This record gives sequence, C-alpha cells and structure tokens, in this order.
Amino acid sequence: MALKIVKPGLFTSVQDLGRPGYFHLGIPISGAMDRFAMRTANMLVGNAEDAAGLEAVFMGPEIEFTEDAVVAVTGASMPIMVDGDPVGGWSSFAVKAGQTLSFGFLKSGARIYIAVSGGIDTTPDLGSRSTYPIGALGGIEGRPVQAGDEIPVGNSNPVAAGRTVQTELRRMPGSPAELRVLPGLYWHRLTEEAGTGFFEDTWTVAPEADRMGYRFKGGRALEFVDREQPFGAGADPSNIVDGCYSYGSIQVPGGTEPIVLHRDAVSGGGYFTLGAIISADMDLIGQLQPNTPVRFVKVDMERALAARADRRKMLQKIREELV
Amino acid sequence: MKTRYTFGGDEHIYVEMDEEMSLDAFFKSLSMSNVVRAENIPGVTEICPANASFQVKFDPDVTHPDEMMKRIQELEHKAEGAEKRLATRIIEVPVFYQDPWTQETLMRFRERHQDPSGTDLEYAARINGYDNAEAFIEAHYSSPWFVSMVGFVAGLPFLYQLVERDKQLQVPKYLRPRTDTPKQTVGYGGCFSCIYSVRGAGGYQMFGITPMPIYDPEQEVSYLKDFMVFFRPGDVVKWKPIDREEYDRIVAAVEAGTYTPRIAEVDFDLAEFNADMAGTNAKLMEALNGS
Repeated sequence: MALKIVKPGLFTSVQDLGRPGYFHLGIPISGAMDRFAMRTANMLVGNAEDAAGLEAVFMGPEIEFTEDAVVAVTGASMPIMVDGDPVGGWSSFAVKAGQTLSFGFLKSGARIYIAVSGGIDTTPDLGSRSTYPIGALGGIEGRPVQAGDEIPVGNSNPVAAGRTVQTELRRMPGSPAELRVLPGLYWHRLTEEAGTGFFEDTWTVAPEADRMGYRFKGGRALEFVDREQPFGAGADPSNIVDGCYSYGSIQVPGGTEPIVLHRDAVSGGGYFTLGAIISADMDLIGQLQPNTPVRFVKVDMERALAARADRRKMLQKIREELV
Repeated sequence: MKTRYTFGGDEHIYVEMDEEMSLDAFFKSLSMSNVVRAENIPGVTEICPANASFQVKFDPDVTHPDEMMKRIQELEHKAEGAEKRLATRIIEVPVFYQDPWTQETLMRFRERHQDPSGTDLEYAARINGYDNAEAFIEAHYSSPWFVSMVGFVAGLPFLYQLVERDKQLQVPKYLRPRTDTPKQTVGYGGCFSCIYSVRGAGGYQMFGITPMPIYDPEQEVSYLKDFMVFFRPGDVVKWKPIDREEYDRIVAAVEAGTYTPRIAEVDFDLAEFNADMAGTNAKLMEALNGS
C-alpha cells in the first residue's frame, strides 16, 4: 500500500508526535504542530495516536491511493474531495484503490492533518518518522514530499468509514486568537511598562511563520531594564549569553517582533525570552495564518495546568466516543 | 555567581548559573545537568546543558512543576561539590580562513552588517584592536577552545577560548541575521566561536570554513558511523589554519572515507587551568601533537 503524490501542495511533510531526547544536541522534537488534530485524525482511522500522517500547510496535496484505505482529515477547514466528490472533515471516509484525494482552497486555520489507516510507514530516524528538513531527518529523505513520491503505508485492521468528531470537540483558535503565556525565563529584563504593554496590545501573525517559529508584529516595541551587558552576552539589551530555548518560548530580538519557537525550534541562542506559551495552546499556533490577530493572555502555573487538563479531557472524550 | 531558577511554560525548568560567561559557570551547568540525569526524576524527557545555564523538559502530568523545581534545587549542592575535572578529548579542526565561499556569502549579505565596506574578519580585527585580519586569525587559532554547548541546530558546537578574560575576542552578531551560511562555516558571535553544522540561516560573523563534516544524518562519514553528531560539551578544539590545497585534499579524503580527525584523550582540570592557563594549554597541545 502506498500514497502516490500527484501534487505536493505548498509544504506537506510526514509527521508523528515527534523525536524527544535529542534537544541537547540541537535536534528538536518536531512532529505535528497541531498534535490535537494529528491525534484525532489517527483515532478516526483506528491508528495508534502516535502513528505518522501528513501535515499540509495552507494548501492540500493531491494523492492517488494504490489500495483501499480509510482516511480522515482534521485541522484547518479546507474542502476535501475523493475523485472530485466532497467528503467531510474530522470524519473517517473510504478511499478505493485508484482514487485520488484532493483539496480546495483553505477557508480557515492553517494546517490539515491526513491520517491513513495503517499509518505512514517510512523509515524512522532516531525513533520518529517526523520530517526535520534542516537536519535531513525523517519523512522522505528528510524533506517535504514531492510530486512522484510513493509513500509507504503500514498494514491495518480496517475501521468503519463515517466516524466523526462532534463540532464542539474540534479544537481551533478563535479570532482574535488567544494564546496563554506563563511569564518567566528572562521576564525580568523588561520594564514594567513593557511587560504590561505586551499583554495589552493586539499582535498579528507575520509572514515569517513556519514550523521553527512564528513571528508576530504590530504591538509596541519593548523597553529593557538598563544594565551593563554581562560578559559574553553581546551588546544589544535583548542579548543574553547563549542559552537553551524552551518550546513555546517567546524571544523578542531588539525588542520589536516577538517570535514563538515551535516544534522545529532551534535549541538555543542569544536572545532573551520573556516566558513561554503554555503547552495546551501550542496546537493553536499551528492553525494561525499570517495576518491573524492575536492576543497574548497572561496566566499563572495553576491556570496553565488547568488548561492542560482541559485539553487532555477533550482528547479523552473523543477517544471514548470513537471506541 | 548567583543561580537563578525559572519556569519556561509548564513543561520546562530553566536554570541560569550566571548572567555572564565563564568556565566556572559552564562547569556548574554541566555538573548540574549530570546530577539531574543521574537522579532519574520521573517525567524528565530532556536535559540540555548550555554555556552558563541548563534546561530540563518534563511532563507536568507525571511530576508537578513545583515538585520538579524543588527536586532540582535540592541537587544544586551536589553539583557544587562535584569535581571540576573532565576526562575529554582534544580535536584538531582544520580551518581555511578567508575562503571563497564565506567570502561570497558575506558580500551577498553586506547590507546586514555593521561595516558594509569591509569583510567580517577585517571588522573583527579592528574592533578587537588587531592591525589586520591575519593578526586576528592568529589570535583565533593560537590557543585551544572549549565546547561549552552543542545546539541551535543539529550538532552545532559553541566554543569558548581557553585564555584570560582580557584576551577573549568579542564581536557582535550581524545587525540582521543572514538567510544563508555555508555548511561548516567557522563563525563568531559574542565571545563564542561556532561551526555551522548545516547550511542555513545565521547571525554570527564568518571567518572561514572547515572541510571536516561534523553532522551526518546518513552516517556515511567514517568517523560519524556510530553517531551522526560529532561534538559533545567538554570537547577541546584546536583550530589548524590550512590553505586551499590542504582544504581540497581533506575534502577528497572525507569523500573517500579515509579522513580521520586528529584526536587525543586528555584530562581537563578547571582549577589547574585557572592557576596556569599557558601551562595547561601547552600540556593539551603536547597531548594533541603526540597523538
């Protein structure tokens, strides 16, 4: 069983839940940016939740199936077609051998997740099939898919088509998108006024937004507390002695445009970070298009953990409904 | 040195040993990451030592963040008591300074640089008080370096020179990062040198290029067959200036699978180094040259 890529889309890559354990060598976790949608797509087709699927951003691929399969597409809202006939998102549907899966124009969100019963069966690198192009790991030769690729799919116990996730369990960002932030890390470098302004302002997603990080613009520039820069840090007040970066951490080079590091994050560098997006909201970033308005919302650890539990409960509810 | 503990979201604890760079801060961060690893705290998924800080990534559903914080803080005294001594290796890394490839790249991104009229090396020489690029290059390769962090992207080493603070070379990063850097460029930013393990974006000044691969996901390079990443924190590096002819020869040898970097096993003792830097470096070089 294989998926023949007829058209690759804009940037379509094999992803699973990632490659933990190598961040100390600069190899990031990678994996689906919207893990909620990836897990759900896998559940719909009866795969293990950490099976590999395809992540496509802004534009869907065109895929010919060599054998019958059950498929589900979750995440962004984008018309889905099998041989030109529309099928629904967040639901399982059958694709027969020789049929083609294709997509229309993106309506909302940014990334779709395509799960195929049996899961994508490319060779794992360091324990994961996730594509990390900078390090040439995972996926097909460590790169996004290209026209002509034949992507192997594993064996499966077929599940029924027509399984669906209820609308209220399809977690997507609102507008403006609210991203919850736990202040910390080098928060103390900011003046009180800058700290307040960061949460008051409405930001928009900049064009430089990818799997490594999302850049935001439009808010007021941040002012730093005066200090003599420490030895080895560099002259700019936003510089620190190069340290590790947290996933979701927010760096603001020069104090102007915040960058949130995501699944393909660089593991360290010399910019101060003011805190991090809470783990529960990392999925939502993967669904933001450029120019989307965004508010950063300040939370404490208790609220961060409550949000994490809410997300887990939502996934559990989907799991129970689909079993 | 004042240790600072903080959360990075709900899944990370970040510990800064010191605001400024020093080998003492590096040794403490390495010791702490070692004792945290040995402690096997449930839920820990990543332990990342850096120049003067380290980070732990964990699953807060397994161990509550407050509990994780408490357990890591309790380990600080163990790290302080740890010997500041490393059984490590010294590696000779050939560098073709002022090579045509970084030269072409730095000209392409000149408008992002502090000094659009010169090269990165001429600029670095001037702001560090050297008469010309050649004198600066000599300062760069004359004393050995210490790998104080591996990261940024796949297998990239940050290196700190084993000399007195007043002899440390310091240069700012580019005003705006480049979108391109040749693979295996030897770069410089702040007080750190680095080797770009892969081609890509970068903000460090570019001094030269090494023909020696340090990251190979295919694991075809003879000395990267066991693991795709060459460097680890604590490695000692000695740059060896080479010319185009030598560069081409090494590139061919790497291709043919016959190139082996020159490496010697050494012990590095921080107290010994601090007491006699020149003497310690001479011993390191003796070990390398005797290999």
